[in-house]
Amino acid sequence: MSTAPALPNYRYVSRKRRTKEDRRFITGRGKYVADVDVPGMKHIAVLASPHPRANILDIDIDAAMAVPGVHYVLTGEEIALETNSLFHGLDLPNVKWYPLAVNMTRYAGEWVAAVVADSRYVAEDAAELIQVDYEALPAAVDSEKMLEDGQPLVHPDHGSNVLFQNTWTWGPVEQDFGETPHKISYRARWGRSSTVPIETFGVVAKWDGITDILDVWASIQMPQYQDQIANAMRMPMNNVRVHNDVDVGGSYGVKRGIKHTVLVSYLTKKFGFPVRFIEDRLDNMSGGDAHGPDRIFDVTMAFDNDGVIKSLKMRALDDVGAYPGRAPLQLGKPITALCGPYRVNSIEYEAISVTSNKTGQVPVRGFGQSPTNFAIECGVERVAKFLGLDRIEVRSRNLVRKEEFPWKIPPGSLYDSGDFHAVLESALETSNWDKLVERRDALRAEGKLAGIGLATCLEPGGGNNIFEYLFNPKLQITTFVESILIKVEPTGAITAVMCTTSSGQGHETMVSTIAGEELERDPDTIRVLHGDSLEALPTRSPVASRMTIVLGTATSNAAREIKQKMIAIAAHDLGVEKDQIEYSDGEFNVRGSPSRKLDWGEICHIAHKQFHRMPLGHELGLQAYSVQQVPGAGSLPNEKNEVSLYPCFSFQAHVPLIEIDSATGKVKILEYYIAHDCGTPINPDIVRGMIIGGVAHGVGAALYEKFEYDPTGQLLAGSFVDYLLPSAHEIPPVTDIEHCTPSPMTSLGQKGSGEGGYLGAPAAVASAVNDALAPRGIEINELPIRARDIEEALHQSNLNRN
Amino acid sequence: MKELQITLSVNGEYKQAHVSTRMTLVDCLRDVLRLTGTHVGCEHGVCGACSILLDGEPVRSCLMFAVQAEGHQITTVEGLATKDGELSDLQDSFWECHAMQCGYCTPGMLIAGHALLEDNPEPDDEEVREAISGNLCRCTGYQQIIEAVKLTAKRRSGTAA
Repeated sequence: MSTAPALPNYRYVSRKRRTKEDRRFITGRGKYVADVDVPGMKHIAVLASPHPRANILDIDIDAAMAVPGVHYVLTGEEIALETNSLFHGLDLPNVKWYPLAVNMTRYAGEWVAAVVADSRYVAEDAAELIQVDYEALPAAVDSEKMLEDGQPLVHPDHGSNVLFQNTWTWGPVEQDFGETPHKISYRARWGRSSTVPIETFGVVAKWDGITDILDVWASIQMPQYQDQIANAMRMPMNNVRVHNDVDVGGSYGVKRGIKHTVLVSYLTKKFGFPVRFIEDRLDNMSGGDAHGPDRIFDVTMAFDNDGVIKSLKMRALDDVGAYPGRAPLQLGKPITALCGPYRVNSIEYEAISVTSNKTGQVPVRGFGQSPTNFAIECGVERVAKFLGLDRIEVRSRNLVRKEEFPWKIPPGSLYDSGDFHAVLESALETSNWDKLVERRDALRAEGKLAGIGLATCLEPGGGNNIFEYLFNPKLQITTFVESILIKVEPTGAITAVMCTTSSGQGHETMVSTIAGEELERDPDTIRVLHGDSLEALPTRSPVASRMTIVLGTATSNAAREIKQKMIAIAAHDLGVEKDQIEYSDGEFNVRGSPSRKLDWGEICHIAHKQFHRMPLGHELGLQAYSVQQVPGAGSLPNEKNEVSLYPCFSFQAHVPLIEIDSATGKVKILEYYIAHDCGTPINPDIVRGMIIGGVAHGVGAALYEKFEYDPTGQLLAGSFVDYLLPSAHEIPPVTDIEHCTPSPMTSLGQKGSGEGGYLGAPAAVASAVNDALAPRGIEINELPIRARDIEEALHQSNLNRN
Repeated sequence: MKELQITLSVNGEYKQAHVSTRMTLVDCLRDVLRLTGTHVGCEHGVCGACSILLDGEPVRSCLMFAVQAEGHQITTVEGLATKDGELSDLQDSFWECHAMQCGYCTPGMLIAGHALLEDNPEPDDEEVREAISGNLCRCTGYQQIIEAVKLTAKRRSGTAA
């Protein structure tokens, strides 16, 4: 269980409080996109290509159009004429991307046609009747071969399957390598896994040709969604109204949905009736926004006799599949914490993004940081092994020390605060490390394979996305703003309007708790709305563990401004200077004269209705908004490509104990401990849920989950029968200990926690598996490490021994 | 496609629905009867988001047709509380323990937990894990869900702290 951190005497912040959102979820009253019922709405089913790569010679829609209830069959050629190509993060003018395949299919599962019908059932019937004449072609599948000539080209007009390749050097890498006695090189591989929310993506769009408004309801979590819809649809942004009050049934980064949205937007605009597209599971996993990073790391670490790592060279090759979108930028975010929590002096980083005939990659929880953390931790474990040193000691020697913050890493990020050694110590204490070792050894003595894992990782939070510039100088973005409007009604009730959707992060709870804390009002009485995109203030979306940092600070700012306005009104009315007014618990009184006071309700009444009692020149009503810059951000990288990318750095230390069935290779996690520091937690239950849920997600990536392809490019995991998600049996009880090192960058010392345990669990579980396999001389640095991979390795090791 | 008029007993009330014979029960509940608390996750019987009680037993409403449900008592998440606007003790415990994040799997988890507690008023951790192991959650890692089910049991037996 969590322990309460030592914190200022907050009333609501960091206290156990029930969340605002849960009440509608437990009663079945969440409003998800599939619950949106727009009168007259028609339904879509898509036809997917069975070929990883093929020319489309002909599409015969006649039989499909003849089915009663079918309104239209749309193909790629038409929508490509009428809409603009979808957005890529990289500058790729010759990589066109439309909701449906145009002339060529680029992955098995790519949508070739969309049927519009009265019901989903009829649309699916009709989709089966579409006849497509394909000329199947060999596919580009093996990501490492993409750097060689003669590969089948995914986008022939681009001329290569390499989308991006660059090497950066920060600090004296060659000098450090020259001066350091030891080097180890290794490969770590992160399999194509993802977050796979239980709700698939869905969208409803309704065009009104009289008001010229395109209403969009979607299960979305994407920056610049409305911008991208407007651009693709060739309409001004104020024609697009995205309804942010749709509850999103899980996302963790992947709910991007731009191609689906442009598809239904085009159709509703063409026909005038509302159009809905809800993916089925196969649509989602083979053709939707489902796949995550698929990465090969080749790393060399240079270190001294004490195991102090001086420098590292990392090459990351990432397979983004057929359509890149923002995916290649996931090689950029990890620059934020490219050496993890360690005091590395110099870094060389080569990032290579390749395209292939696979389903496109989308952003996943951590935006590429979890794979990189795994790659770094593999190295730290190897350094310890190489020198015969204790892996705790090696970490301890390399971790940034408490007194060294703020700590600048070679690529420029400034780590804000932390006490990494204390958190590591706490993980060891909580797990009772020595006893855990005894327990592992006892299991080994019984002839079992048992191992303890260790990982110490960072969670950068609050992204300003300046890394985009390193990948595409046309993207001169130096901030990701977030905004809030807070209004106090004449009766004293408080309403806050945030500007994005939520997908389980508990933003309403976070905003109401912080506003309540600042204004000393009960958060339960504060209503939090999700304004639609036309009403809303500037926003970039709830990604990058950023909302508590950026929106939370905005909320503090706006609430503090309201408090100052109320103090000004009280001072004027009571005939004293503003600094004579004290505020406490809903009462504004003159310092030293407790009887001279106004209460909350009286001031609200004055502000809204009694102009004659207002100080001159003050705005009527009680409202304030804050458009918050990402703390610490604001400039492009300097000439050395150094830049501070994220403002806040949460830290986590994981310790799992596992056992492996030597006959089947099946891993059982017996115990799991994590010590975690995300600064001031706003709601402890939410933080705990993110941490444990993130661990579960990381266990999936480490042991089970993979979008496997065969050598011809066919996806072998298109359902929950072949893409394995951990159930309650696979996830162990997790003991979570919370620390609090407040951040100097935010209003209440908060940091990010949304990417949670996912950023360390894959590394920790892999470490445990390798500890268990070490007595057999086996090391596996390729995720997921499935039972069959272990069984195979054990079998091979037995053969070698005999 | 053949269409039929059927009568379903849902949350203690008889409801008429005009459905095609191939319509799944979950589509009928959601799209015809507009009880949208029951969710669709995988449509192949793995995730459990569409769980309902059929004569008190948890079943996947994506794996049966609406016409098969005639003559059976159906309970959905909307019917777990005794009165509209109130919460069952299990629902209240889910809130107390924050046994969810996005809420999408929650109705199915409540159905699974409800059925377990009917059969086994004092389940241990392993029994709760077993009971919810047919329901997938991607947010929570299950722990706060298990705590919520156990809290309900403790409250019922009067041993809650």
